[in-house]
Amino acid sequence: MTKEEEITLRKTACKVRIGVLTATHGAKAGHPGGSLSAADVFTYLYFKELNIDPQNPKWEGRDRFVLSKGHTAPGLYAALAYRGFFPVDDLPTLRHIDSYLQGHPNMSTVPGVDMSTGSLGQGISCACGMALGLKKQGSTARVYTLLGDGEMQEGQVWEALMFAAHYRLDNLCVIIDHNGLQIDGPNEKVMGLGSIPDKLQAFGLNVFQIDGHDFQAMEKAFDAARQIKGKPSAIVLETTKGKGVSYMEGQVGWHGKAPNDEEYARGMAELSAQLAELEAV
Amino acid sequence: MADVKKVATRQSYGEALKELGAAHPDVVVLDADLANATKTEIFKKAFPDRHFDCGIAESDMMCVAAGLSTTGYVPFASSFAMFAAGRAFEQVRNSIGYPHLNVKIGATHGGISVGEDGASHQCCEDFALMRSIPGMVVMSPADDVEAKAMVKASYEHQGPVYMRFSRYGAPVIHDADRFTFEIGKGEVLREGSDVALIANGLLVAEALEAAELLAQQGISARVIDMATIKPLDEGLVLKAAKECGRLVTCEEHSIIGGLGEAVCAVIAKHGLPCPVERIGVNDEFGHSGPAGALLEQFGLCAGHIVEAAHG
Repeated sequence: MTKEEEITLRKTACKVRIGVLTATHGAKAGHPGGSLSAADVFTYLYFKELNIDPQNPKWEGRDRFVLSKGHTAPGLYAALAYRGFFPVDDLPTLRHIDSYLQGHPNMSTVPGVDMSTGSLGQGISCACGMALGLKKQGSTARVYTLLGDGEMQEGQVWEALMFAAHYRLDNLCVIIDHNGLQIDGPNEKVMGLGSIPDKLQAFGLNVFQIDGHDFQAMEKAFDAARQIKGKPSAIVLETTKGKGVSYMEGQVGWHGKAPNDEEYARGMAELSAQLAELEAV
Repeated sequence: MADVKKVATRQSYGEALKELGAAHPDVVVLDADLANATKTEIFKKAFPDRHFDCGIAESDMMCVAAGLSTTGYVPFASSFAMFAAGRAFEQVRNSIGYPHLNVKIGATHGGISVGEDGASHQCCEDFALMRSIPGMVVMSPADDVEAKAMVKASYEHQGPVYMRFSRYGAPVIHDADRFTFEIGKGEVLREGSDVALIANGLLVAEALEAAELLAQQGISARVIDMATIKPLDEGLVLKAAKECGRLVTCEEHSIIGGLGEAVCAVIAKHGLPCPVERIGVNDEFGHSGPAGALLEQFGLCAGHIVEAAHG
């Protein structure tokens, strides 16, 4: 990846974060913390990795993305909007009555959403079904799914991982946003997960563990994952919850709370400054 | 009906899947380590590359089916009713029902007639659970002929379908050569004017026998096979209520939330002065025993229907 391309991705990620703040502020609710920790991977997927066509969201040959951690819909919606699936101006209608931007991803109403999710643990299984179907059809399309670390406490996640390894779904890429925090506190205090990479490895996946805010590292991992044959891949992203907005970073309280007017203004000022800095490079 | 041929509708399910698979390459079958019991092994033998065992993981299986359906396949996800509707309820609700995906659920071992396995496996709540999901079609066939036609109709239907089949043999009451099946349409098996017996599953044969017994007592009983519980054939229910003035619903399910309550809701909505007796499992768990003895013990046989018809 050229330096220029990296800067472009970082600028886009800044816009996606602005979208997250705008959407959750407009909704007066929602989940900014995990949307921001995953903003970089949303950006990488929608602006670099995924083979998709915003003009034809249901194109059969497209790569699929399933947001298994569906509560971070603001991040997904922001990425989809900036990628051209629907107007960026619609983001503040998130969670409003009669808005198509439902609190959790709804494939029936939101262009570009490949699966309705929100109940943790289910999206990864749906992604397995998609990967199996595409593989049977001889399609070269790939399936990506993003899970939260807390989500891995759901037993169904491990059922799905067994399924993925058993059916050798090498067209499936399981991504974990490991920000270490969930609603009730740090993962390790709520329900210890131990080593996520070790567990994924033991379940038969090819595992990468990288800095989830580093686009160069993402490119290496996603490129390598595409070359792995005979088994699914997993990319564990080490991230910071609330990344990019100083007062939200590493703060569990921002898991599911919207910024008020003052907080919104501060966050927008910070992100605008980051964007201006990148524009100046 | 001792001389009538009996077939367990789980067997019909497996055989119908095989026929469907031969006609339609987009049919795939999922099972959760019960292919031998759900009879999807019949399909598996014919089309091994289109049968996927998910292991003992029903929740995962339902969501895998959802994902598969988005790639154009028509998955039939199969397990026992207890696990398909019970354990995986929320997966069916959120990953299949909410996005209204084209997944068919084939649930065998419904009701108390599961027998010796006992209460943990005798699912008498599945109609209630599945009826409550918006857009879900809920059906239970009376016999082999209806079961096979139902499986084919479910394939033609766009959207989620729940079908409940039995482990216990059901008398074959339909003529395969003349039978046609339509989702959402009840079938009058016997005309009558004093009382209408509205039944599904194994209890359809019992209702027919009850009608015969009632006839000997000078009571004219109409028998309706209401294989589709949702969407319910309201017109047929209303007609029966108006013409017979008394209804008995008969199902191998809890009296809470199944066919009986669905019929009552129609009667109440239209304010008809028509009493409804509900034959079903009376808000209790089952226990181990031979299927026939359990059906008798839990009040699900022809004699009980006759009593209910008298009021």
